[in-house]
Amino acid sequence: MNSNVSNRARKSDLCKRAQSAGWSQRQTEAGYSRPGGVMAIMLMILLIGMLGCGDQEVRFGAKLFPESQILAEMLWHLSTSAGGEGPRPKSVGDTRVVWKALLEGEIDAYVDYTGTIREETLRSENLTTDAEVRTALASRGILMSDSLGFNNTYAIGMLESEAARLGISKISDLTQHPDLKFGFSTAFVDRQDCWPALQSSYGLPQTDVSSMEHAIAYSALADGAIDVLDLYSTDAELASETYRRLEDDRGVFPEYNAVLLYRQDFAEAHPEIIKELLTLVGRISEEEMQRLNTRVKVDNKVAVRVAGDFLISEFPELRPQIQQQFRQRDTSLAQRIGEATLDHLSLVGVSLLAAVLVGVPSGVISARYQRLGQIVLAAVGIVQTIPALALLVMLMVPLSYLEVTSIGAIPAILALFLYSLLPIVRNTVTGLQSIPPAVRESATALGLTSFDQLRFVELPLASRTIMAGIKTAAVINVGFATLGALIGAGGYGEPIMQGITSQNYGLIMEGALAAAGLAVVVQLLFEGLELFVVPKGLRITTAK
Amino acid sequence: MLAIHGISKCYGQTVALHPATISFIAGKTTALIGPSGCGKSTLLRLLVGLIPPDQGIIQFDGEELREDNLQAIRRRLGYVIQEGGLFPHLTARDNISLMASRLDWSDSQIDERLSELCSLTKFPRDGLNRFPAELSGGQRQRVSLMRALMLRPKVLLLDEPLGALDPLIRADLQRDLREIFRAAEATVILVTHDMGEAAYLADSIVLMRAGKIVQQGLFQDLWRQPADEYVTEFINAQRSPLETMTVEGEAQ
Ligand SMILES: Nc1ncnc2c1ncn2[C@@H]1O[C@H](COP(=O)(O)OP(=O)(O)O)[C@@H](O)[C@H]1O
Ligand SMILES: [Mg+2]
Repeated sequence: MNSNVSNRARKSDLCKRAQSAGWSQRQTEAGYSRPGGVMAIMLMILLIGMLGCGDQEVRFGAKLFPESQILAEMLWHLSTSAGGEGPRPKSVGDTRVVWKALLEGEIDAYVDYTGTIREETLRSENLTTDAEVRTALASRGILMSDSLGFNNTYAIGMLESEAARLGISKISDLTQHPDLKFGFSTAFVDRQDCWPALQSSYGLPQTDVSSMEHAIAYSALADGAIDVLDLYSTDAELASETYRRLEDDRGVFPEYNAVLLYRQDFAEAHPEIIKELLTLVGRISEEEMQRLNTRVKVDNKVAVRVAGDFLISEFPELRPQIQQQFRQRDTSLAQRIGEATLDHLSLVGVSLLAAVLVGVPSGVISARYQRLGQIVLAAVGIVQTIPALALLVMLMVPLSYLEVTSIGAIPAILALFLYSLLPIVRNTVTGLQSIPPAVRESATALGLTSFDQLRFVELPLASRTIMAGIKTAAVINVGFATLGALIGAGGYGEPIMQGITSQNYGLIMEGALAAAGLAVVVQLLFEGLELFVVPKGLRITTAK
Repeated sequence: MLAIHGISKCYGQTVALHPATISFIAGKTTALIGPSGCGKSTLLRLLVGLIPPDQGIIQFDGEELREDNLQAIRRRLGYVIQEGGLFPHLTARDNISLMASRLDWSDSQIDERLSELCSLTKFPRDGLNRFPAELSGGQRQRVSLMRALMLRPKVLLLDEPLGALDPLIRADLQRDLREIFRAAEATVILVTHDMGEAAYLADSIVLMRAGKIVQQGLFQDLWRQPADEYVTEFINAQRSPLETMTVEGEAQ
């Protein structure tokens, strides 16, 4: 895994050259993965090799749930107070994505859990002790702190009222109630140390086990759709009296101690920042974390504030800096939507432009050479059948081999681009093939060159169909781009994802309504554009 | 001017045109006539190079038609097909002048030529700004003619130009076409299945049947010395309405 280190070294080398060319300013603005407008994206594509440069910046990542976000905001506050400069932490995706981002140097640090590293990230190495984990990480250029103070392990929970009625307080009590319905998160069902371990050590007889999104399981429990769920020991819900956490009386669940993971090269370059971050070690108790999660999930406070408030109470000497940071970083709704819109438009705009530039010529060639055309159409058709999420993940693999950033705007744009191709290529082919043979024949017989035939006759005649294809692609892209948030590309997906994980319906609506609104605007925009692109003569024909 | 030597064309199993040799007389009008599917359009398409012949050669002004001179030769030909083949997205003016403007004619040159053509084809000048969908069938055919005549071609190929028009407009256009052919001083090849039209417009007639040329000559030759029964049969097949009147009158 030396390559990661050398990769980064090369990037910073390139960066120095870029800086001397006067590009560093814009590069810094573009951030590591957040599209800051169409121009910035164009620049990012041009400077692909240099992405991730600007090593003066400190960057933190988070997974897509509030606890991870709160902890990342703490890191940012501490780093900024210590003079570190860098963007606010990004929720880049699930464990795999954040881990990749750290390995590739897209981020410098984030908070993970020892159990996750053992059982998921480095599962194939069968690590058992923290010492082994530390060694395995070090060989990858990653360092691990001691526990931040809490163990966010899995737990089993029920509604307090139900548990009281049935007299259940320990997991072993569940064996007496074989009819109870279980609803577990997908990871919980799959992980060897979770449901399979639980089932065999306690001999649980229940057969009605479904898997669902963790945030949804609580609503399912309230509705009575399930009786028992898995939870995290720091879940906000456990701070209330509504739920009972069943005691793990046989000690099946392993430790998931929260630890800071950071890059060794970063620690060497910025020892003062790392020193500041490590002051968090041992400072956050399980109850404290529950309380902080509650402030985000129940009180709908933003993570950056919750994190800052905690730090002020814990390190009063930081109060002035953190309050200063609040003033700088508190964003209004309009500002938030504005930023998300810019990101979203960049994702859609750039991918669509690329798809038009590639798709229309491909359609022209496909219409002319039928055999080749069938292959092209089949290829772009297959891409369309890949589920959006799978496509995003599939793209990460080749991109990381190419040493191009595998998270953020670039893979999202690439995926959107691939999705846009089918409607554009297909409509170009259809449009060209439905030109009446007499018209085509006349154009040839006039003595027009084949390029002129295409330019003055065929493309104008096919323009309506081609425009319809582009419009379809654009509208689909607006919706699909929300998934970009899963890999840290920003856009309207970000409030949606955050809303889902923190059960903040306002945030979900904010993203969903904005996306729907943008889809309508895009639709109207293209209908207006048609008036310019589609020749007047064609519109008369259909009017009659 | 224009000649074909041993030209033939097959579509898979169907022989659209058996080897044919014809010399079209320069400056004269030749009518290609015959029943539907006898290969008239195929012959015209071969002459424009829209489809390649299976064998034989086509000579244009002594020059053999080849891949490399095809585009240049097409610009010296005018071609009108039955459906007109007008570009629906362009106005009449742009339809007519598209090729000329690609050849960098100046606006005044184009305008001058348009005026000539409008008076030649009796097309109202203000119709030039209309789109094909806004023109009548007869007007559309006149525009197709103007488009074919724009570059002052030496050869004019017309594939059933009047096929889709009603009789009055048809008669009008037939009269105008005669003028146009004379004025253009071009070698004209006109496809039709109407013997009256052929006799009225053409100097020479080529009668075809199932991909073969049956007889070639003046109408009088076909009438007086038919090559076989089919020729007479074809001429007689064109009934005059007056014929019925006479028969009924005699019966009474
Ligand atoms: N593109 C084509 N493919 C196959 N057969 C064709 C094609 N064009 C014409 N033919 C056949 O060739 C023969 C001559 O057609 P055509 O020259 O159009 O006849 P005409 O113009 O005299 O009515 C017909 O039998 C027709 O079916
Ligand atoms: Mg025909």
